[in-house]
Amino acid sequence: MIESSAGRSGFPPAYLDRVGSSFTEFLSTAAPDLLPGRRPVPTMPVGDLAPHGTTIVAVTYSGGVLMGGDRRATMGNLISSRDIEKVYPADSYSVIGIAGAAGIAIEMVKLYQVELEHYEKIEGLTMSLDGKANRLAQMIRGNLGAALQGLAVVPLFAGFDLDAAAGTAPGRIFSYDVTGGNYEERGYAAVGSGSLFAKNSLKKTWRSGLPADTATRTIVEALYDAADDDSATGGPDPVRRLYPIVYRVDAEGAVRLTDAEIAAVADTIVTERAEADRRNVDREA
Amino acid sequence: MTMPYYASPEQLMRDRSEYARKGISRGRSVAVLTYADGVLFIAENPSSTLHKVGELYDRIGFAAVGRYSEFESLRVAGVRLADVRGYSYNRRDVTGRVIANAYAQTLGEIFTQQTKPFEVELCVAEVGDRPETDQLYRLTFDGSIVDEPDFVVMGGQAETVTGHLREHFHAALGLSDALEVGVRALSAVSPVTAGATDGGPTRLTGAQLEVAVLDRRRPKRAFRRITGSALRTLLGDDPTPDATADAPPTSAHAPSAPEPGTPAGLGDPANPDNAGGPTTTED
Repeated sequence: MIESSAGRSGFPPAYLDRVGSSFTEFLSTAAPDLLPGRRPVPTMPVGDLAPHGTTIVAVTYSGGVLMGGDRRATMGNLISSRDIEKVYPADSYSVIGIAGAAGIAIEMVKLYQVELEHYEKIEGLTMSLDGKANRLAQMIRGNLGAALQGLAVVPLFAGFDLDAAAGTAPGRIFSYDVTGGNYEERGYAAVGSGSLFAKNSLKKTWRSGLPADTATRTIVEALYDAADDDSATGGPDPVRRLYPIVYRVDAEGAVRLTDAEIAAVADTIVTERAEADRRNVDREA
Repeated sequence: MTMPYYASPEQLMRDRSEYARKGISRGRSVAVLTYADGVLFIAENPSSTLHKVGELYDRIGFAAVGRYSEFESLRVAGVRLADVRGYSYNRRDVTGRVIANAYAQTLGEIFTQQTKPFEVELCVAEVGDRPETDQLYRLTFDGSIVDEPDFVVMGGQAETVTGHLREHFHAALGLSDALEVGVRALSAVSPVTAGATDGGPTRLTGAQLEVAVLDRRRPKRAFRRITGSALRTLLGDDPTPDATADAPPTSAHAPSAPEPGTPAGLGDPANPDNAGGPTTTED
């Protein structure tokens, strides 16, 4: 089967230019309409018309970093989704969690994943963790106009730093603001509407150098506490068997913990809290 | 007044072909072989950073011989095409055929319209779920595209290497056997082994080779380079065997991520996407 083709529709010129290793920059010349930041900004607030994701929590532990998110998306006063996933692996050694306008955020995550993979394929090297965090900041910066109309996207980024100096913690967490400000966090961080309650919970439960299972519990418990007080954060849902999504990133890479594992942790927390409450009632009686 | 000169199209094409062929034949050879678990790339390449073999997409790899700057820009174009297509459609919509066609058209266009043709020969390989669905496309400098079974050899003395492989290659060889067959074939023509009759080396070593596989058993991204001690062990150069050589897929090499926005519950709940890593608990 041989066919000689001398057609006119090979690679467009932009594809053959050796301009760089960024997928986003390439799209801006080859297909700018595919980029989220290039669209007209809505002229009036539309925040209540788009689903919003809520609480994301990340903590470091002895072997790396963990990130978890609840499963609820809200649209104004409605729950628009009970089973949305808001934590994704960005590449094999980092994860990204998103709070804010879900549609834009998911598109941004998708672009970000391709961005990291594209760089890796073209350069033959993985981007440094700080480089990854910085690329994400640049994407958020492009969304500021939409953010002011209620379509803010605020991610949380965490990864295992393969270049970490000996003796320093390899698990690192980066948080962002709507203007693209990029801040490295110490120990733990949370974003989204329930972040205030989640952080208060972590303040009491998290300690430096926890083992993985205890650290997983602090995440699930922080999300439980956030769901307790924030209407836009969903708690564990044993009826539909929906539990928070938790990713663990260690020297082996990013792994999603199984639902069974998270369900067991969530059930323990619920049982212990019910028991404590019953004891309080008994004491009062 | 200068005289306008005339050259017949046949003459022009012949000259360009000869020019490109000469350029390619100066380079060292690359062999691409199918084996039991996928596709194996073997290149004689003393450089560990200027690659002749690369990853294009989840199941698609690339190998080239000839002028580095020319095939490198084609490789980058292939990665871009694959990534743009996968981003605007879906990862499953990126196929080796699409990329091979784009290469064929681009090479054909350059060959007919530019004074200097590209001095390259490419192979686009795609690994399928079963050995029968593996695809090897060979692309030459004039934009010809050939769908080859079993193996593709490109570069310097491709005919000799092909002859050697025809003799020793079988379908569905194991990785180390396929590597052995391929390395022997490349060694037969390599300048490194030119002094073999005078007691020089008879076979290329790990340091002179660039080896990679598209392993169908790996989740998502199938491409993996085999370097260092893993390669030495596979070649039998290393006195201390290393168990990692033919280890099953691990997460040590970047797997791609699941599609964001996929509604939960549509996938297989018993097998959540674990980004290529091992599942932590058995339930």
